[in-house]
Amino acid sequence: MPDAEPKITSERDTIRRTLLVAFLVSLLCSSLVASAAVLLKPRQEANEARHMRRNIVDVAGLLESGQEFEELLGHIETRVVDLQTGSYVDHVDELRFDPVKAARDPALSLAIPEELDAAGIGRRSKWGSVYLVRKGGVLETIVLPVRGRGLWSMIYGLLAVEPDANTIVGITFYEHGETPGLGDQISKRPWRDSWSGKQLFDESNDLKIEVVKGRVPPDSPLAPYHVDGISGATLTGRGVTSALQYWLGDHGYGPYLQRIRSQPEGS
Amino acid sequence: MRSEMKRALLNPIVDDNPITLQILGVCSALAVTTSLLPSLYMCLALTTVAALANASVSAIRHYLPSSIRIIVQMTIIASLVIVVDQTLKAFAFETSRELSVFVGLIITNCIVLGRTEGFAMSNPVGLSFLDGIGNGLGYSLILIIVASARELLGAGTLMGITVLPTTADGGWYNPNGMMMLPPSAFFIIGLIIWAVRSWRVEQVEKPEFQIHEVHRTEVL
Repeated sequence: MPDAEPKITSERDTIRRTLLVAFLVSLLCSSLVASAAVLLKPRQEANEARHMRRNIVDVAGLLESGQEFEELLGHIETRVVDLQTGSYVDHVDELRFDPVKAARDPALSLAIPEELDAAGIGRRSKWGSVYLVRKGGVLETIVLPVRGRGLWSMIYGLLAVEPDANTIVGITFYEHGETPGLGDQISKRPWRDSWSGKQLFDESNDLKIEVVKGRVPPDSPLAPYHVDGISGATLTGRGVTSALQYWLGDHGYGPYLQRIRSQPEGS
Repeated sequence: MRSEMKRALLNPIVDDNPITLQILGVCSALAVTTSLLPSLYMCLALTTVAALANASVSAIRHYLPSSIRIIVQMTIIASLVIVVDQTLKAFAFETSRELSVFVGLIITNCIVLGRTEGFAMSNPVGLSFLDGIGNGLGYSLILIIVASARELLGAGTLMGITVLPTTADGGWYNPNGMMMLPPSAFFIIGLIIWAVRSWRVEQVEKPEFQIHEVHRTEVL
């Protein structure tokens, strides 16, 4: 039975009563929210980390090998690189280092000069993560995180290259807010597959990788460095190009890649 | 009492559907329906929140001072939504990424506040709980129809399983890209409302005013 017309009793509407009810409701609700957040946090963090590792395994092309995911994780070594010198930083907990978070910490980051900031990110951390995939101790793939502004959103991606630090193995964009059906094709298989085998640098060591508008003519001298654009997503493609231009350039992982090429591991 | 409970539970599914009759909660119906799986999670989240919010508001309805009643309802709803959102992030991580902010936006979903203020404030706990479930189901029904249509026509799949092989994968179906964009949900919801109102004619609203045709003879 629905209640009769609610009685506006003076007792229910006194200031004391109002404050008491407000206080009790806030107390109850905040403890509910706080306990849910605290109790579920470890699980959420584990999910987050697992998601990142899954993307790394995926971009390195390891998922197709048919091995168990857990087993594949054993092949990945996480290192932290000083972006300016290109050498590894040792005294740091690699697994907990988050370059995106560090970019917001003034002590760990620097402002990118405007004329260099093709990717539109403003600040970057002094260090960057790299993920090295090894099989039987031999370096097989280097995975670099990249990010940059697309049409609507910040695009976060991972680029996997061969140990020559030049030939692309794969690329993935694991977080973005580009137009569904158009720009969001960047995270879909057919387009991602069109990157494998492309080269980042030409013979004279100039960074040449670019997403062009429309199709790349197969006889073009730049065909090894150019990737077909997605129709209807020119600006998203431009965002991807600038993100790569920045992160592979001299202000990004350029010095590191240079070092890898001049002194390959084991030599 | 039994028939009343049945009414509270089943009425919102067709006869008093929150989306097609009350035209509430359309925002999320546009945003999350590009594919079926996230829509199902969204339905589950909204139904849980609507039922629990209704039950809690109903339980304290006799103690609620009328001056702060809406803000108390909002506080309860917001807390429940955060708990549901955190739970999804912990146990359905991939889907919660796809739903992104839209679980959080259940707080502003008019269905939930509409039911707590319009029903739970003047009905007992059990009945309010059922009303929350019923409205959640009514919302879910529409979301599932819209999401199935959009995923099938827009990507040729259902729950990620290929139904219509697309030309990009060497099949015959050329997907309709518009289905991936929010306006298509408007069209589908419009078609559903049209269909429901042709079937249940009593749902057609009376025109608020009628254009009065003036004849020359009247003017003179």
